[in-house]
Amino acid sequence: MSSEVNYSDVQGLVRFGYGWMKEASYFLLRVKDVEAARSWLRSAPVTTAVKPIPLPRTAMQVAFTAPGLHALGVSDSIINNFSHEFVSGMAEPSRSRRLGDVENNAPSEWEWGGYPYDAKQDDPGAREKTPHLVVMFFAKKGLLEGFVQSSTGNGWNEAFAEVRRLETSDLDETEPFGFADGISQPEIDWGQERDMLTGQLDYGNVAALGEFLLGYRNEYGKYTDRPLVDADTASAGLLPAEDAPEKRDVGRNGTYLVMRDLQQDVQGFWQFVGAQAGGDLTEAEKLAASMVGRTKQGDPLVPLQQKEIPGIDLKKNPKNHFTFDGDPSGVQCPFGAHVRRVNPRNTDYPGRPSGLLGKIITMLGFGPKGFRHDLMSSVRYHRIIRRGREYGSRLTAARALALGEPDDQEHGLHFVCLNANILRQFEFLQGAWIASTKFSGLTGESDPLLGNRAPIRGCPVTSDFNIPQEGGLRRRVSGLEQFVTVQGGAYFFLPSIRALRYFAGSQGG
Amino acid sequence: MTPQSDFMVLGTINPEREAELRRLLESMNDAPGHVNPSNALIPFGQFDTVHVARFVILKDNSPDDVLAYGLPRRDYPLYLAFLGNVDGDADIFLEDVARRASPGLRAIFSCCKGLSPETDLFDWMKRNSRFPAAAYTNWLGRTVRRVREEAALHEALENYVQNNAAVLAGLSPSEIHAALWRFVDAEKSAGRLTLSKESPTPLKWRIDNLLRLIVPPLLTLLASPILIPVGLVFLSRIRRLEKTDPELSVRVDQAYSDGLAKFEDHDVTNQFSIMGSIKPGSVRLWTAIFVLRLVDYFARHVYKRGRFARIRTIHFARWVFLDDRKRMAFFSDYDGSFEGYMDDFINKVGFGLNVVFSNFVGYRRTNWLIFDGCADEPKHKELERHHTIPTQAWYKAYPSLTAVDLERNIRIRRGLESSLMSDKEAREWVALL
Repeated sequence: MSSEVNYSDVQGLVRFGYGWMKEASYFLLRVKDVEAARSWLRSAPVTTAVKPIPLPRTAMQVAFTAPGLHALGVSDSIINNFSHEFVSGMAEPSRSRRLGDVENNAPSEWEWGGYPYDAKQDDPGAREKTPHLVVMFFAKKGLLEGFVQSSTGNGWNEAFAEVRRLETSDLDETEPFGFADGISQPEIDWGQERDMLTGQLDYGNVAALGEFLLGYRNEYGKYTDRPLVDADTASAGLLPAEDAPEKRDVGRNGTYLVMRDLQQDVQGFWQFVGAQAGGDLTEAEKLAASMVGRTKQGDPLVPLQQKEIPGIDLKKNPKNHFTFDGDPSGVQCPFGAHVRRVNPRNTDYPGRPSGLLGKIITMLGFGPKGFRHDLMSSVRYHRIIRRGREYGSRLTAARALALGEPDDQEHGLHFVCLNANILRQFEFLQGAWIASTKFSGLTGESDPLLGNRAPIRGCPVTSDFNIPQEGGLRRRVSGLEQFVTVQGGAYFFLPSIRALRYFAGSQGG
Repeated sequence: MTPQSDFMVLGTINPEREAELRRLLESMNDAPGHVNPSNALIPFGQFDTVHVARFVILKDNSPDDVLAYGLPRRDYPLYLAFLGNVDGDADIFLEDVARRASPGLRAIFSCCKGLSPETDLFDWMKRNSRFPAAAYTNWLGRTVRRVREEAALHEALENYVQNNAAVLAGLSPSEIHAALWRFVDAEKSAGRLTLSKESPTPLKWRIDNLLRLIVPPLLTLLASPILIPVGLVFLSRIRRLEKTDPELSVRVDQAYSDGLAKFEDHDVTNQFSIMGSIKPGSVRLWTAIFVLRLVDYFARHVYKRGRFARIRTIHFARWVFLDDRKRMAFFSDYDGSFEGYMDDFINKVGFGLNVVFSNFVGYRRTNWLIFDGCADEPKHKELERHHTIPTQAWYKAYPSLTAVDLERNIRIRRGLESSLMSDKEAREWVALL
C-alpha cells in the first residue's frame, strides 16, 4: 500500500541540511500583491530532494504560515485542516506557557512573528511583524548574493514586503557557545521498511517516514491528519491520499517547519560558568560540558556503545553512537544536561523485558520500580530533524571570559526543525523536556542552556542545575541565568512541489 | 494510615442562573480555571484535608454523536459537579465545608434546583452525592499533611546540603545519612520540622477494605460456571460490535480547543474533565460496568503506591455514571501537559484505555477490546479533546509538586527514618537529593 517517495516532489531541506553551502539567508515576507506573489511562486526554482551529481551550488526553499496561505487565497476549509498548532500559531498564549515563551521570551517581545492567525488584532504593528512565508536561500561560499539577486528579480518587489531578512554565519559546525553541533539527527526511513508496531526494546535512530513527511505512515503506523481535497481540476496536480485514495492530498510530501530565533548570550554563559569554576578555563569548560552533555569537540560524556545502534554508523558518526543505558544514575552525564533532555535515548519499556510475558508484566505495572524507572515517554515519538543555522560572530570561551566590557556583538541560532506533527514532536520536546522543571524526576531546573528561569506556580526557583556525583551528594549549581532568549518564531508548512504549485495556482480557493 | 476518599455533589443548574454561576465560579480564581486558595467563597486553603477539588459545569460537547448510532439526540439537564479528594471520611469534610463555607456554597448551589435558604446544606449535598464506578488514588494513605511535611523536609535537607556542601563532600553515603539524620532530629526538636506519625487505620475502613478485597473474587469464582458461558457469549457479541460500531472522526473547533488550553499548564499538574455517551445496548453497558469494577478493584488493592499500571503522573482519577448510565464522566488530576498525558496513556496503557473507553460513543475501533483503538493517535487525541469540558474552578493543595515529586519525598523520609541501611541503599538514598 505504501508507495515510494518521489524525491522530485519533496523540498530538499527534508533530505539535506545543505551543509556544503556555507552561506544562507532567510527572507521573511508578507504578500503584498496576491497575483504577483502567485506568479513568482509558480516559477520559483525550488530545490528538490533529488540528489544530482554534481551537488548543486545553490538551493532555495519556500514555506508558508497559516496567515500566509490565507493571504494567497487558499480556502479556510483547507487551512483549517492543517494541524491546530499550525493554524493557531506559535504565539498563541496557552502555547507560549507550555513552550516557556514567557517573560523575556514572550511573543510580545519578539522582533518578528507572534501573531495568531485568526485573532482580532488591534495592533497593526504586530501584524506587520508576522511573516506569510519564508524563502530560504543557500549557496556555496561567495555565491549567495548573486543567487539572491537573480532569484528575487522577477516581480519580487511587487509581490512581497520584507518583514525581515535573517542572515546566517558559518561557525564551522559549532553553535555560538562554542560546542560542536548537528551531530545527532534521526535517520529517515525513506524506504518505509521499518516495523513500527512491535514495541521497541533497544534505542534506534531510524524514524518512520511519516514522522517527517505528511502522507506516509508515522511511528504509530498511522497517517497524521492533513488537508485532503476532492479530486477536481484545481487539485489535478496533487497526488492521491494513501489512506483515502478518492481524495487528493495537500499535505503529501510536505511537512511542518518550525523556526525560532534564539539569541545566545555567549559572554553571559561563559562568565557564569567561569565564576562557578573560580575563573579556571579548564574547569569552566568541564562545567559547560556537563550542562551541554557533550564536550566542546562534541564527544559524549558517556562511553561509546559497542553494540550496534540502528541508524547510526559507528565509523561515520562515532560521536553519536551512545545511549545512557550505562549511566542510570546520571553521574557521567547529568539527567538535566541539554543533550540528555532533548534525546534521552530511551525505549518503549523500562528495564528491557524479554519475551511476551515480560512485556505483559511490565505493561501491567509490575516491572522495575526504582524511583527513576519509566519516567519518560519513549523518544521515538518525539524526534525532530534540525536544520538550524548560526548567526553573528564567533566569540570564544577564552575571549568571553576575558572580556571586560559588555559584548556588543550578536550571537545566536536561527533554529529550524522539521516534523510532521508539531504537537507531538517539536512542542513535546520543547515543553515537556526542555522547558519543564520536572523532566526525568528532576525539580527546580529546566534546560541549563535554553531554560527561561521563570518561576512556576508554587515554586519561585527554577534556576538550579544538578550534577550527580558517584557515591556522594550531587553538586548543585544555583542561580543559572537566562542564556538564551527567544526573539521570534513561527510555524510554517513546507509544501511539496505539487502543493506549492497548487497554492500558487489556486484561484480564490 | 488515613485512607483517602472522594466526594461528588451533582446539582441541576437552573438555566436562568447559569451565567451568574459562571461568574461566581470565575470569581474564585486567581488564574484561568485555578482557584485562589484563600478565595472568599470557599477558602480551600483553610481545609487541610483537601488534596484536589473542582467545580465543573457538565456541558456535554458531543450530544449529537449518538446520532451516528441511530439514537435520537437527548437534551439532558445541565449539571454542576463539585468534586474532590480528601483525607478521611468524605462526609466529615462535607459537613465541615457546609459549616465553614456555608455562604459561599449556598451562593453557588442556589444556582441549582432544590436548594432554598431553608434547606440544610449538608443534607442537600448528601442527597445529591454521586459515587464513582471506579476511582484511583496515587498513594493510599498519603495525607495532605504528610505531603506538606515531607515537602518541607525535602526543602530543609536540600538547603542544609547546599550550605554544608564542603563538609559533606568528604563523607561516605552512610555518614551523610547519619549527618542528615542528626540535622533533621535537631530541626524537629527545635520545632522547625514536623514528621507526624501515621494515624491508626480506622477499623471500619479495614473491615470494609478486606471485604472488598475478598468478596468480588469469591463471588466471581462461585458464579464462574455461569459467568464463563455468559462471558463467551458476551465476547462474541462484543467482537461483532467492535467491527460494526460507527467510529467518529472529529475535528475539534480551534476556538474550543484554544479555550480548553487557556485553563491548562498554569501549574505542573492539570485537571482533566471529560464526558460522553455510552454506546447503545446492554452489551456495551455491562462491559463498561464490568471493566470499571475491575479497574476499581485493581486501583484499590494493587495500584496504590504511585503507579497506575505504568502511569506515574496521575494524582487522582474517577469514572462516574450519569443519567441512568446513559452517559459517563471521567475526571483526573495529572502531571504535565495534555499532550503528554495522552501520549502516556496511548503508549503505556493503551490496552486499558481501549477496554474502558471503547464502550463510549465515537471511540476508534478496537480489536479484541484491547488492541488498536487509541493507537490511531491523532484521531484519538482529537476525540479526547472533543469530549473534554472546561473545568471552571480547580484547586490543588500542593502546586508545583508532581506525583513523582511526592514519591521522591516519601522515599527521602522513609530512608531518613530507617536506621539499617546497606551501602548500596545509602548511596541510592543520597542520590534522591
